[in-house]
Amino acid sequence: MNILVGLKRVPDTAEAAVIPDSTGKDIIKDRLTFSLNEADNYALEEALLLKEKYGGTVTLLSFGPKAFEEVLRMGMAKGADTAIRLWDEKFTNADYFTVGKVLATACQTLPYDLILTGCMATDDGYAAVGLTMAAILGLPHATYVSKIEIQNSKAKIRRELEGGLLEVKEINLPAVLAVQTGINTPRYSSILGIKRAAAKPITVLDCAGLNLADPDFLAKTILEKLYIPIVESKAEFLEGAPDEVSTQLAKIFKEKGVL
Amino acid sequence: MSCIMVLAESRQGNLRDITFEMLAKANELANQMNLKVNVLCLGKNNESMAKNLSAYAYEVFSIDDELLANFNSEIYRKTISKVAQEHKPSLFFIGHTAFGIDLAPSLAHELNLPLITDCIEIIREDSKIVATRQMYSGKLNARVLFKEQSGMMTIRSGTFKPAELKLSGNIVTKPIPEEFKTGHASNFLGYEEVPTTGIDITKADIIVAIGRGIKEQKNMPAVEDFAKTIGGELACTRPVIDAGWMPKDRQVGSSGKTVKPKLYIALGISGAFQHISGMKSAQTIVAVNKDQNAPIFSVAHYGIVGDLLKIVPMLKDKIKEMKAGA
Ligand SMILES: Cc1cc2nc3c(=O)[nH]c(=O)nc-3n(C[C@H](O)[C@H](O)[C@H](O)COP(=O)(O)OP(=O)(O)OC[C@H]3O[C@@H](n4cnc5c(N)ncnc54)[C@H](O)[C@@H]3O)c2cc1C
Ligand SMILES: Nc1ncnc2c1ncn2[C@@H]1O[C@H](COP(=O)(O)O)[C@@H](O)[C@H]1O
Repeated sequence: MNILVGLKRVPDTAEAAVIPDSTGKDIIKDRLTFSLNEADNYALEEALLLKEKYGGTVTLLSFGPKAFEEVLRMGMAKGADTAIRLWDEKFTNADYFTVGKVLATACQTLPYDLILTGCMATDDGYAAVGLTMAAILGLPHATYVSKIEIQNSKAKIRRELEGGLLEVKEINLPAVLAVQTGINTPRYSSILGIKRAAAKPITVLDCAGLNLADPDFLAKTILEKLYIPIVESKAEFLEGAPDEVSTQLAKIFKEKGVL
Repeated sequence: MSCIMVLAESRQGNLRDITFEMLAKANELANQMNLKVNVLCLGKNNESMAKNLSAYAYEVFSIDDELLANFNSEIYRKTISKVAQEHKPSLFFIGHTAFGIDLAPSLAHELNLPLITDCIEIIREDSKIVATRQMYSGKLNARVLFKEQSGMMTIRSGTFKPAELKLSGNIVTKPIPEEFKTGHASNFLGYEEVPTTGIDITKADIIVAIGRGIKEQKNMPAVEDFAKTIGGELACTRPVIDAGWMPKDRQVGSSGKTVKPKLYIALGISGAFQHISGMKSAQTIVAVNKDQNAPIFSVAHYGIVGDLLKIVPMLKDKIKEMKAGA
C-alpha cells in the first residue's frame, strides 16, 4: 500500500501573542516556535500504522519554504520513506487552492493507493486543502475521519459529525482521507531515527519541476488584511495574587448562589 | 437570473439551525444586491422541510430521493452542481459543518467557484463581497475577497441570527438524474454514537472543564480534587480526550457535548470556536488562563489571568473554608 501524506509546518500560537506584520497579510514570526500541524501528526501516524500492517511506502509532501523540511525530517525519523518539498518563489499569496493544486500536481507523478492529510491547519483554518486535492485528482474523499479500516480495495471509515455522532462509510481506493485528531496515538521519533533521517535527501520541486504554468497556481481568493479582532469582552477580570483572586472568586460564587 | 443559493442542511429529516442562520444572512444581502434567494433541499420525504423553507426563499429546489436520505458528498455534489449550473448563483452558502465542509471544496471545484471557508461575517462594500474569517484559532481576523465576481462560502454555525421571514417561495421538485444513481465510489453505511461511561455532563449544574493548559496527566488529580470540593463534574476540551486522559463523553464542544450548567469553570482552555459553541450558554462562566488574549475571555463573565496550577489548589481551599463556615 503506497500512501502519500501532506504535512504542514505551523507556528505554535496557542500561548503566544499573534501580531500582523507590516504587510498586513502575514504575522510576525521571529519570536514564534513552529511544529508539525496537530492533525497532520495523526495523519502521519495513521500512514505509518497502515504501512506496518500492509507494507508499501509512505511518501511525505509539503508545500513550503526550506524551513518546512524540519517537519519532513521528523516524519522520516518516525519511519516515512521519502519526502518531497514543493516550493517556488512565485508562490506568493497562496491560498487553499494554490496549495491544493500544487500538492495534487505532485501526487499525479507518484504511485499511490491512499492520500492522507490533516482535517485542518491550525494557522489558516481553511479545512479545505485535502479535499481540494481530492477534487483536482477526481478522487472520492472524506474529512474528520476518526477510524480507517482497509478492506481489499476499499476503506471502511468512520467520521465525526456534530454532537458526538459518527458516520460510517465505505470508500473506494484510491481516496483522500482528511484525518481528525485523536484517531491514534502518535509515536515519538527515536534518536536513531532522527540520525538516519538527517542524512536522507529531500526532493525539492519548483514550478518548472512540477510542469506548472503560471495561471495554474493563481489563488482564487485574496487575503486582504489580517487584524486583531476587537473582543467585546464582558469578562470582569479579577486581579491580584492567586490567594487574593481565589478569595474574590469564592465570594462571587457565594453571592451568586452557585454553590 | 443570478441568485444567492443556500444549501439547506438536514440530518435524519430535520432541518438544522445553520440552515436558518444562512437564510437570514442570504436574505439580508439579497435585499441589498437586488437578488433572489434560492434554497436547495436534498433528502427523502422532503415535503414538510420544503414547505418550511418556502417562507425564506424565492424558490425551493427540492430533490427528493431515497439515495439522498443520508448525506453523501459524492451524490450531493453531482446533484447540486447540476441545479447550480442552471441557476448560476452569485453567492453560494453552505454550512461550515461536518456535512458542508465534506462537500464544499469539491463542489466549488466542479462549479469553478472560488471558496472562502468558515466565514463569520459577510458584507457588501462598494459592490464587492467581503468575508471575515478567523485565523490562528481566533486570535486574528482576516478580510478575504473572491478574485472573481461570484463564489462559494461556508458559514460558521451560530454566527448569524435566524430571522422570521414570510416569503411564499415556489417549491420546485426535481429528480436525481438517472446517471447519478449508480456507480458511486462511496456509500453511507450507518450512524454510530459515542459510547457513554455513565456520567452525563449535560445534566451537571457545575462543570470544571480543563484544557491543554493542564499540560501533564500528573496534574489531573489536583483538578479532580477541586471538582469534588466544589461539587462539579469534570469535562474537557478535545486535546485532553485525544491524549487519552478522559473518556470521550466528557468532551465539550461542536464534536462533543453542548452544556448549559449554572457554573462553568474553564481552566487552561484557549476558547476555540469549536469549544465555545458547546458552553457559551452557561449561566456563569469563569476562565483561568495565563494568556490575557485568549479568546475564552470573550465569553467569560469572570476572568483570571494566571497559572491554573497555582490558582486551583488555592481556590479549592477557599471553597472548603467557605463551605465549612456556611
Ligand atoms: C472539526 C473539529 C471539531 C472540533 N471539536 C472540538 C470540540 O468539540 N471541543 C473542543 O474543545 N475542541 C474541538 N476542536 C478542537 C479545537 O479547534 C481546539 O483545538 C481545542 O478546543 C483547543 O483546546 P485547548 O483550549 O484545550 O488547547 P489550546 O488551544 O492549546 O489552549 C491551551 C490554553 O491553555 C493556556 N495555558 C497553558 N498553560 C496554562 C497554565 N499553567 N495556566 C493557565 N492557562 C494555561 C494557554 O494560554 C492556552 O490558551 C475541534 C476541531 C475541529 C477541527
Ligand atoms: N503547505 C502544506 N503542505 C502540505 N500539506 C498541507 C499544506 N497546507 C495544508 N496541508 C494539508 O491540508 C490539511 C488541511 O489544511 P487547511 O485546508 O489549510 O486547513 C492540513 O492538515 C495538511 O495535511
